[in-house]
Amino acid sequence: MYGSGILAGLGVTLKHFVDSYVDDLKFLGQRYYNPASLNQRQGTRGKGVFTVQFPEEKLPTPERFRFIPFLLYDEKPDGTHDDRCTSCGICAKVCPPQCIWIKRSNDPVTGRPVPQPAAFYIDIDICMNCGYCAEYCPFDAIKMDHDYELASFDRTSAHIFDKQKLDKPVAYYASLRPTDYAAEELVRAEEEAKKAAKKADAAAKAAAPATA
Amino acid sequence: MSATAPTVAALPANLAEHFPAGVVADTRKGYEGYVVGAAQLLQVAGAIRDKLGYNYLSSVTGVDYPESNQIEVVYHAYKTSGGPGLNFKVQADRNDPVVPSLVGLYPGAEFQEREIFDMYGVRFDGHPDLRRILMWDGFAGYPLRKDWKEPFFEEDLKPFASRWPGGDVRRSEELDPFGANVQYPPEFDPYEWTPETETAIYKLIQPKAGNGNGGHLKTDKLIVNIGPQHPSTHGVFRMVVVLDGETVVDLKPVMGYLHRNHEKIGERNTFLQNMPYTDRLDYLASMSNNHAYALSVERLMGVKVPERAEYLRVLMVELTRICSHMWAIGFLLNDLGAFQTPALYAIKERELILDLFEATAGSRMMCNYMRFGGVSRDLPAALRDENTMDFLRDLVNNRLSYAIDELDRFLTNSEILRSRCIGVGVLPAEKAIAYSAAGPLLRASGVNYDLRRADPYSIYDRFDFNVCTRPNGDVYDRYLVRIDEMRESVRICQQVVAGMPTGGEILAGKPQYNVRVPAGESYGRVENPKGELGFYVVSTGKTNPWRYHVRAPSFVNLTLLGEVCKGHKIADVVVILGSIDIVLGEVDR
Repeated sequence: MYGSGILAGLGVTLKHFVDSYVDDLKFLGQRYYNPASLNQRQGTRGKGVFTVQFPEEKLPTPERFRFIPFLLYDEKPDGTHDDRCTSCGICAKVCPPQCIWIKRSNDPVTGRPVPQPAAFYIDIDICMNCGYCAEYCPFDAIKMDHDYELASFDRTSAHIFDKQKLDKPVAYYASLRPTDYAAEELVRAEEEAKKAAKKADAAAKAAAPATA
Repeated sequence: MSATAPTVAALPANLAEHFPAGVVADTRKGYEGYVVGAAQLLQVAGAIRDKLGYNYLSSVTGVDYPESNQIEVVYHAYKTSGGPGLNFKVQADRNDPVVPSLVGLYPGAEFQEREIFDMYGVRFDGHPDLRRILMWDGFAGYPLRKDWKEPFFEEDLKPFASRWPGGDVRRSEELDPFGANVQYPPEFDPYEWTPETETAIYKLIQPKAGNGNGGHLKTDKLIVNIGPQHPSTHGVFRMVVVLDGETVVDLKPVMGYLHRNHEKIGERNTFLQNMPYTDRLDYLASMSNNHAYALSVERLMGVKVPERAEYLRVLMVELTRICSHMWAIGFLLNDLGAFQTPALYAIKERELILDLFEATAGSRMMCNYMRFGGVSRDLPAALRDENTMDFLRDLVNNRLSYAIDELDRFLTNSEILRSRCIGVGVLPAEKAIAYSAAGPLLRASGVNYDLRRADPYSIYDRFDFNVCTRPNGDVYDRYLVRIDEMRESVRICQQVVAGMPTGGEILAGKPQYNVRVPAGESYGRVENPKGELGFYVVSTGKTNPWRYHVRAPSFVNLTLLGEVCKGHKIADVVVILGSIDIVLGEVDR
């Protein structure tokens, strides 16, 4: 029958229309602003409306989500910061749009490079969020952030992040990416243990001829 | 299948023997194929097409070799019956490069030759319409030549020395953009200049315009510009249409509004740095772009990709195909006037797939997922509050096939859709091949040519799937081919999820940021959702590619737009463009 195709199509739209209210009934007025409902609505079983009421309601960012790098520091017991960055420059070299600027610091007495950056800049207008800096950093010193709300009224100065703005504690990183953090800490602990064993070994060797 | 398989097989009869004068095998280290003299090109190419059966000219591109003062034009021809291709080159004097045009033999070379003219200044003898295509007309210089420097030029190769160890931050726009960096033609005044493109285009179509349609009515032919800003052009793309009443007499696509010289950027980057840039070509299919680029570099490096990584790659690429086809169908319906409802139904499924991409690769669209010799990350243990594998199984075994069936029920038999699409924009098979059409466009014309079968790469030879073809070559068939292909992709995904090895390496060797790629050339191609996506990479053995060319399916598919639209109503032009499915990030590069 001519027109049956259109009618069948309209049936599909009707089904979608009805489905969008099934969720309402299921969550009885709690369809929005409710994490449990969001997971259901946006999951593989979600049949109703797929919309998220942004900005009141936001999709949860997965752990690996990457947006603009930041620098990590360990907090020492006395409250001072211990930068993980050694200013080796790998992130600046691997950066595809070349948005990282690093100034290496030198020892004022000997003039030799010190493993700490004197200055560290990222132009976030240029950054393409590829995540290479975090991926290839051998010291786990630079990681990708989750904060994507960066709009500002002044792009010339507000969008060049300096070290002060980039520095964030390791605890913050651990809260963003618990899985990655745990895995990295495991590797670090292993390496520390290896190093300590080597040191002890060397010390024992050094001590051995003295006693002999 | 193996990463080191040569792209060119030895001919049963050596080409150089067929043409003793002017054809020699390319013996440079890492290079393959033949070098043809410019004088013999037409004759040799004719023989390649008609006698040897290489009827599909996939890619034409240029390479600049200032040391030998030559510009090389590289052709890659294939057989639509499948199998490896044939690579032949013409070398031209850099100071005055002239090469005969192959448009007469392979009409699909038209835009690609224009691009080479635009980027390298090679003049193609016998080309019907040799104008700049991506750059503007008043532009001086040939930007892909090695000695051309752009505004804000800093250094030839990345990484730039100013970033480390004494990196003082600065914004490049603080440098004077109108200083010595910008080159203008002699006596050029930017304030007095009027673009020649317009007059050139209008001149081209003028002779066909004029008074009278031959009938009893006295009518004027009319020129209408659709775009560059127009909702139906899917981006900044312009079509100059000559109309007789409502009927299209001629059509010229105008592009380049999004041109950023991706290839020049690519030649400045290191090999690895190009990977996230490929995401930005066809931004609806970043996984496929990653895959094609990784394949072409891996071919040079000779790396073997671990088993699990291959499965992950295929899974991601096939999911990308579903996303992209959903998007294409949704927007085709938008172009037909079914505003937004079908498009939103279609991209709903895409949301779930992008969730998986985000949880795995870290980004929904700019995935930057693949590395040379594998992938960057394994699947996460959990997605939201669900086990990832459970999510994936649910997605590919239930959800996607249901969604595709529903879309099929929703649209396929709709009388409105059928009456607008059947018989519109017909592209016969011979023409599709001649114009180097690729992807669903080619298969909807009845040509059984899918790279996953015709020239298998990765691990596609292990999966059971069909190549979808339709016989009529109209808009409706392109729509149907996309629906069929999504079903096949779901089938592949199901096999991947069922057969994926648990655990195991996902990257061959250690992660390396500064890969050394042996000298040579490589053309890696994949079946992207839009068609054949190829990367032609030339390495000199250093850290940066010497040549990095993208054979963009959207760009090459546009070559036939004018041809297909002739004789149709203007409203159909929009639909035909929608059925070709272009992404301007890839067209303009």
